[in-house]
Amino acid sequence: MATSKHEAHWNDTKGLMRITLALWFFFSIVIFMFGYQLNSVKVPLLGYPLSYYMCAQGSLAAFVILIFWSSGKQQEIDMKHGVSDAERTED
Amino acid sequence: MFKGKFVDNLPKIYGLYTGGFLLFFLAMMVAEKNGVSAKMIGILFLTFTIAIYALIGVLSRTMNVSEYYVSGREVPTVFNGMATAADWMSGASFVAMAGGIYYGGYTYMAFLVGWTGGYVLVSTLLAPYLRKFGCYTVPDFIGTRYGGNFARFCAVLVLVLASFTYVTAQINATGTIASRALGIPFGTGVWVGLISILLCSMLGGMRAVTWTQVAQYIVLIIAYLLPIFWISWRGDFGLFPHFTLGHEVARIVELEAQYGLVKNSAEAIKAAGVPAGLAYINVPHAAAPEGAMAAWKFISLAICMMVGTASLPHILMRYFTTPNVTSARRSVAWSLFFIFLLYFSAPMLATLSKIQLMDPNLKTSIIGKPIDQVMAIEWVKNWISVKQAFIADFNKDGILQLNEWFMRGDVVVLATPEVAGLPYVVSGLVAAGGMAAAMSTADGLILAMANALSHDVYYKMVDPKADVRKRLLVARLLLIVIGVAAAYIAAMRLTSILGAVAWAFDFAMSGLFFPLVLGVWWKRATKEGAIAGMLAGLISGTWYLIYVGPAFMAKTPWLGIDHLRFGIIGATVSLVAMVVVSLATKEPDAATQKMVDDIRIPSGKTVISHR
Repeated sequence: MATSKHEAHWNDTKGLMRITLALWFFFSIVIFMFGYQLNSVKVPLLGYPLSYYMCAQGSLAAFVILIFWSSGKQQEIDMKHGVSDAERTED
Repeated sequence: MFKGKFVDNLPKIYGLYTGGFLLFFLAMMVAEKNGVSAKMIGILFLTFTIAIYALIGVLSRTMNVSEYYVSGREVPTVFNGMATAADWMSGASFVAMAGGIYYGGYTYMAFLVGWTGGYVLVSTLLAPYLRKFGCYTVPDFIGTRYGGNFARFCAVLVLVLASFTYVTAQINATGTIASRALGIPFGTGVWVGLISILLCSMLGGMRAVTWTQVAQYIVLIIAYLLPIFWISWRGDFGLFPHFTLGHEVARIVELEAQYGLVKNSAEAIKAAGVPAGLAYINVPHAAAPEGAMAAWKFISLAICMMVGTASLPHILMRYFTTPNVTSARRSVAWSLFFIFLLYFSAPMLATLSKIQLMDPNLKTSIIGKPIDQVMAIEWVKNWISVKQAFIADFNKDGILQLNEWFMRGDVVVLATPEVAGLPYVVSGLVAAGGMAAAMSTADGLILAMANALSHDVYYKMVDPKADVRKRLLVARLLLIVIGVAAAYIAAMRLTSILGAVAWAFDFAMSGLFFPLVLGVWWKRATKEGAIAGMLAGLISGTWYLIYVGPAFMAKTPWLGIDHLRFGIIGATVSLVAMVVVSLATKEPDAATQKMVDDIRIPSGKTVISHR
């Protein structure tokens, strides 16, 4: 059975998973539910219509940043619970 | 100069390689100035790059099982990101995507969202856990987590179905590019492509594929970005087109209103004799269609591509090659970054291409000009002569209207440099890039299938006592058999590139997504549940594809779920079947539960240890 240390680690991991997937859901789905309405907004400085911009660039960039951020957070969680393997190179 | 292990010298090696490739490009430019023919330059570009990949493939040969299956698990984070990006970006991404955006506008860009957003699922739900598991193949995870050869076999079945659908399109693309650049028939081009692909993978398996894919990524990204920046600078569209085309997008919207987006009737197109596969602009460039159905169609396509991404074995297996769990997770981020570089450029290429043809203030424009003038332009003549472009004067006014200019989508990538007046050497570069994209994906797919059949079917089920030599021999034989079968089907030219590519995602998500994710995230998932999930998902998805597929029964889609989106049906059925059957069967034993606990912890030994 999992030790309590491992359970605490898994609870934190699950919390991070929920936040990450909520942001993912927002940028991949929620925005495009309102594609028609949002497209009348112009992106400041760049001048593209908003929905067009989000599917051409905005959401894509958001995903890249999201994965970097969440993998950094996960490493913090692993370190905090003493289960990180970042130093290991061999099996 | 190179001390220590090969992997410690990677930045130096690939730095030199990139420099060498750029020098080769400059040499070709000089050659073109000195009168070397366009055809010769195309041939040199293709043979030079393929020869380098083959050399890397041969140098990476191995007789070690771990190196053959998972590249010895020593691929550094960033380099694995590049290899995954090349593995991922197919001939379709490279050649057809900008054309798809050019003709499909906002609606088509659901593919962009889908093909990037899926990586969030890969990094959060799967990659680090599968790495900790220590499997060689994706069915290896299913077979060990759930137990039993039948579950393993079902996973192999889904893997082969999805990958095979995908790989024929890639070999088709290598054939098209090789035949165009080398001036050989398409059928011969396919076999040339296949031999090049096998040279990169046969001797070294995953190890060879990894190092050729990194080399192929470098070529394909240079070949995609360089022309875009060059066109933008030359045409005065801004230093960094990604951030400076707002005005051009607005101008296209204005011009669309001025020319009118007219839909031609099918009869008129047929009567004018427009060659098959050519399209014309009749969808707005940047406008989002109104209504709940339109929004659902966008979202449902994005969902299929995202969930499909997270289920495609040839992508997941790339993360088995990193040194540890943390780097597997980080490597997903780098993969998406390298993919992003190409994907956020494709809409800009489509915009540049369109404005050049449409805006009468630019000297490159053709729309609104007299047809006899347009017909005299060199690039127009060339593409019309090979039936990739066509002019039909529907209203007989002698002026080229927006709905009278027909072009194949691929031409957007292949001809825009020419339209902008760039030297031919750029077209040679683009051909090399397209070849790199198609080859790298084909390699990953063929290897995924051959590895599943050799490791999971042959070694785990047929002959568990086979020695290393025999296992690797079987793996290589299967590689050739699968490659030949795929090339044989590709040579028959059955499907269009993109239709088939989307299906691969739907097949993968129908059969594999929930068995994989729940295997990590739900301890209660049982063997029977997983088998039910895989089979029910695959069968219902396939049945729905046959039901709505235009080439099959062509029935009216239910809720707008057409043949590109059949994974929605398959994955839903798979989830329900898997949960219901799991709950109805006995809870997994303590050993299995402990295995799941183990994969959730990054530190410690992998769950499977291979001999």
